[in-house]
Amino acid sequence: MSTKMQALSLFDGAILGRAAGDAVRKLDPRKLARNPVIFVTEIVSLVVTILFVRDVVTRSDVAFFTGQIAAWLWFTVLFANFAEAVAEGRGKAQADTLRRMRSDTIAKRLVDPHTRQYQSLNALDLKIGDVVLVEAGDLIPSDGEVIEGIASINESAITGESAPVIRESGGDRSAVTGGTTVLSDWVKVKITAAPGSTFLDRMIALVEGAERQKTPNEIALSILLSGLTLIFLIVCVTLWCLAGYSGTTLTVTVLIALLVCLIPTTIGGLLSAIGIAGMDRLIRFNVVATSGRAVEAAGDVDTLLLDKTGTITFGNRMASEFIPVPGVTERQLAETTLLASLADETPEGRSIIVYARSKYGLSEQNHLAEGMSFVSFSAHTRMSGVDFGARTIRKGAVDAILRFVGTAMNSAPAPFRQAVDRIARTGGTPLAVAEDGKLLGLVHLKDTVKPDIRDRFAALRAMGIKTVMVTGDNPVTAAAIASEAGVDDFIAEATPEDKLAYIRKEQQGGRLIAMCGDGTNDAPALAQADVGVAMQTGTQAAREAGNMVDLDSNPTKLIEIVEIGKQLLMTRGSLTTFSIANDVAKYFAIIPALFIVTYPELGALNVMKLASPQSAILSAVIFNALIIIALIPLALKGVAYRPIGAAALLRRNILIYGVGGIVVPFIGIKALDIIVSALHLA
Amino acid sequence: MSIAGWLQIILVLALVVVVAVPLGGYIVRVLAGEHNFLSPVLAPVERGFYRAAGVDERKEHGWLSYTMAMLIFSLFHLLVLYAMQRLQNYLPLDPQGFDPVAPDLAFNTSMSFVTNTNWQNYAGETTLTHFVQMLGLAVHNFLSPAVGLAMAVALARAFIRSEARTIGNFWVDVTRSTLYVMLPLAIVVALALVVLGVPQTLLGSVEATTLEGAKQVISLGPIASQEAIKELGTNGGGFLNVNSAHPFENPNAWSNMLEIWALLVIPVATIFALGRMVGDARQGRSLLWTMAVVLLAGIVTLYAAESYGNPLLTALGVDPSLGNFEGKEVRFGQAMTALFATATTGTSTGAVNAMHDSLTPIGGLVPMFNMLLGCITPGGVGSGLYGIIVVALLSVFVAGLMVGRTPEYLGKKIEAREMKFVMFALLIYAVNVLGFSAASAVAPFVVGDSGYLGNKGPHGLSEIIYAFASTNGNNGSAFAGLNGNNLWFNTTLAFAMFIGRFGYVVPVLALAGSLAAKKKVAPSVGTFPTTGPLFVGLLLGVIVILYLLQYFPALALGPVVEHFLMLNGKSF
Repeated sequence: MSTKMQALSLFDGAILGRAAGDAVRKLDPRKLARNPVIFVTEIVSLVVTILFVRDVVTRSDVAFFTGQIAAWLWFTVLFANFAEAVAEGRGKAQADTLRRMRSDTIAKRLVDPHTRQYQSLNALDLKIGDVVLVEAGDLIPSDGEVIEGIASINESAITGESAPVIRESGGDRSAVTGGTTVLSDWVKVKITAAPGSTFLDRMIALVEGAERQKTPNEIALSILLSGLTLIFLIVCVTLWCLAGYSGTTLTVTVLIALLVCLIPTTIGGLLSAIGIAGMDRLIRFNVVATSGRAVEAAGDVDTLLLDKTGTITFGNRMASEFIPVPGVTERQLAETTLLASLADETPEGRSIIVYARSKYGLSEQNHLAEGMSFVSFSAHTRMSGVDFGARTIRKGAVDAILRFVGTAMNSAPAPFRQAVDRIARTGGTPLAVAEDGKLLGLVHLKDTVKPDIRDRFAALRAMGIKTVMVTGDNPVTAAAIASEAGVDDFIAEATPEDKLAYIRKEQQGGRLIAMCGDGTNDAPALAQADVGVAMQTGTQAAREAGNMVDLDSNPTKLIEIVEIGKQLLMTRGSLTTFSIANDVAKYFAIIPALFIVTYPELGALNVMKLASPQSAILSAVIFNALIIIALIPLALKGVAYRPIGAAALLRRNILIYGVGGIVVPFIGIKALDIIVSALHLA
Repeated sequence: MSIAGWLQIILVLALVVVVAVPLGGYIVRVLAGEHNFLSPVLAPVERGFYRAAGVDERKEHGWLSYTMAMLIFSLFHLLVLYAMQRLQNYLPLDPQGFDPVAPDLAFNTSMSFVTNTNWQNYAGETTLTHFVQMLGLAVHNFLSPAVGLAMAVALARAFIRSEARTIGNFWVDVTRSTLYVMLPLAIVVALALVVLGVPQTLLGSVEATTLEGAKQVISLGPIASQEAIKELGTNGGGFLNVNSAHPFENPNAWSNMLEIWALLVIPVATIFALGRMVGDARQGRSLLWTMAVVLLAGIVTLYAAESYGNPLLTALGVDPSLGNFEGKEVRFGQAMTALFATATTGTSTGAVNAMHDSLTPIGGLVPMFNMLLGCITPGGVGSGLYGIIVVALLSVFVAGLMVGRTPEYLGKKIEAREMKFVMFALLIYAVNVLGFSAASAVAPFVVGDSGYLGNKGPHGLSEIIYAFASTNGNNGSAFAGLNGNNLWFNTTLAFAMFIGRFGYVVPVLALAGSLAAKKKVAPSVGTFPTTGPLFVGLLLGVIVILYLLQYFPALALGPVVEHFLMLNGKSF
């Protein structure tokens, strides 16, 4: 995981200060109307404030009580605003940094793309289709595609990765991003993004949360919360009538206090903070999502389509076994092969040295000794090796070595033939070794499955997610690697069309698919998938087709993306459950307090033994406000996701947030009541 | 409480389940139009109806057409039933020579039967002719549950279809429900009741001379047939005013058990039917367990509260060993009264074999709570199923997110559109019950000294809340202390019934349409589990918390405070 964007801590002092100011600015009712629960709270806070003024003017003895209720209601609204502002804070700080890169870039627009004659103009005046020249030391003015030339580019401004990358015309490495710097050479870039909608602009808007749209699930949850708010409004209004029948005249202040305690202010106040924090978490993983919808979909993913090479395997063949012919020991074979590989700079050669040393503890000799001469690999001989003294050691393709030792395949020793067959069948590459015309054995080179990948797939399976390996290998090879890596399914000899067809078929069966890709031929599949993660190193087409871009270009990250999506949804659900469960205790605090004068017998419901009716109501209102503050860290960090299966996860979360949500306020309100009565606040 | 009492309760509930399992399968086959053992007899009749009405049985409706058909059907019958009562003196079968029914009472009664409520502001034996009872009320005792069953099946279809535009044909669903489910069962139960001693005659009444030499008019009529469908269709409107407490409606312990069985069996079977339709019996069983736990908790509470008796009476020297026996029938006993009262309000039946107004405060809280839930334990015919599905959708939505996926139920994603309908349905109930109760509680002509309440203080409030909980939940039982036959209550209660039925089912059918149109989602280990004890516990938690939160203040001022007052020796 990348930590490049984690420089700002969750509760940075500057962010908190800025958030406190923003919390007040967010009181603007036009902005708050987006959040019905908090909007209602603000309206009733205003009403109680007016009542407070009236009580002060009429010198009523409840003025102090009304004033405190009004104050805590305002705090409830402010705390909710503060939560949102804190969540936005980190994004705003990042956006400021990014914005600095965008301004003041001068573009060299080519008058005629075939020449190198240009006119300088501000990058913001570039249009789609313009062709610009970017030379060493220049900032690339906007997103585009290289149409001519090759250059090394520093993309650290976007990805945080300082190692330069190569961009060239044609192929899958042609996309460049505005705001990155050309280090050497030059390229001609055709602009593909209009000013204001470049990748950088999108990223700024995203981290800032400026154009944040409610996601589908957030909308559904808002409907639930608004519905509950309406229901409790009805409960409180009708309670005035029912109390009237019972001979109790309830004041507007206490009814409003009851209302605010009942409506789901906790989740209402934290809902948007949870959403922003989820996106932010993704950005800290160096993944840029184009919409919150995609993050939610990530939580729902049923099937992951993973490319074999680079995701499941390391992507280069490595030595994994020495198989000697009869009469030769493994150690002898290893020693000989090691000598032949000492000067071999290919990854396969390196891997033989590493493997031989780790397995047999062979000498630390790193270079060819005096008198040794290295015979390098050629396409003609298809062998490499070393000559020293009388010894001639060769390793290479099986048929080439057999020719070298002067035998045919069918006259080679049986164990040798079987081993060649076995290796080929499992997708490996057999490398034969011979010395002085005598066959010594085989080295099994194989595309090694990443060591921890099997566990990760097991974790995914526990989450209910099916993994599918996509590979160009033949079905036999693919099956072998699939079983070694522990994937659930594979597509062998896969073409882009196969991928697309597989995605469609899975979606038809009611499953959500995530995949990642980088090439232009991946674009249709990326667009079809519910979550399509394009690599930053990929083509412009791929990056536009997907709904997320991974700046680190690490395909394994799909797994983290799914976890972040799940975490976002879980946090929302847990805090909703907690918020609703809280209401039980508030009833036990407020209802007896409201009717104690008319029906002293209802004191039996005062199970918390709260000191007085006024302190009971005040304590409930204070608890209701403070719980928002108390839960901000959880809302921002998210509820931890564990891949233990839905049933176990549900049991755990119901216990913590459901049962906990019932119990905690009983304790909290009682504690506040002790403080309130000790301070003679009520 | 006694062991014998519990054995009776368990026996009846066991018999319900034993029959409900195959009946559920039968309902599925019937409503899918499959061949069944009654097809040889009834299929020609069914086809005859379609031909006569010009219905193409293969043509299905989208949710909106389905809803419109249901509304037109109900409205038409409302008008016919109203006209029948207003003109009953011109119609045949009027041996007692009754006058036309007053306009507000006729309005209330028509609404009551069309909505499957059977709230009775009239006394059957002294108000309505046999013609109205048999061709008006009894017909609706068949049709209103059939409409309920049709809507429930339409909603269940929405879960098994994928990207579908239709949810069934309303006319076909109602015809099949009536013909294959309601009618055959009603005939069997009616005959059984006749065997057990319930009268079935077209005579109006007989006169008897009592031992003291006084003349007594004993009302008679086609009681057994009415009684059978009254229970089976979760209707509850008795032929006689005191309902199943009357010896002619419910003569003995056996008839009492049969009636309790009859009012539970179809609602329970419908839940099993859901399990069959979605191809996973556990789904139905989980919902049923949830209902059963609420029902059993109600029985325990009511039985215990009534067996404990009333300390105020004990103080006056009444023997407390039998518990509170006010308003109960000795021939049924505490156990079977507790079961009847809980079952009749857990379903939307509302028939009574004891006077609920005379229950202890906590005893009375049980039926009231059952009805405030909207009668979903196990609910009315059909209405129980769609009612519990609404609760399940709500629970799954709130808690489902906690497994890290957007919520889904029975393979359908629950999104903004579905939540809108669910919340609308919930809101309708809250507005309806609390709004009308609050308005009545502050109306001087209701609560004044010459008002409509039989009691002052918390019990008076309980009577009001009970009435609107009952009419909103289309139950029909009452705290009889409330005088409902007046312009205010005839009108408000009728509106409460209308809103409680149609205000609720329109969003439910819209929900069906929306769900049917969705793609079915494949289940996986990561899917929120909607079976098993955990889900049952979750549903119970949501039921208790969400509904208690809505009605806790009202209940606190009614039965709860009444209970504490009673313990402190106070009465009003």
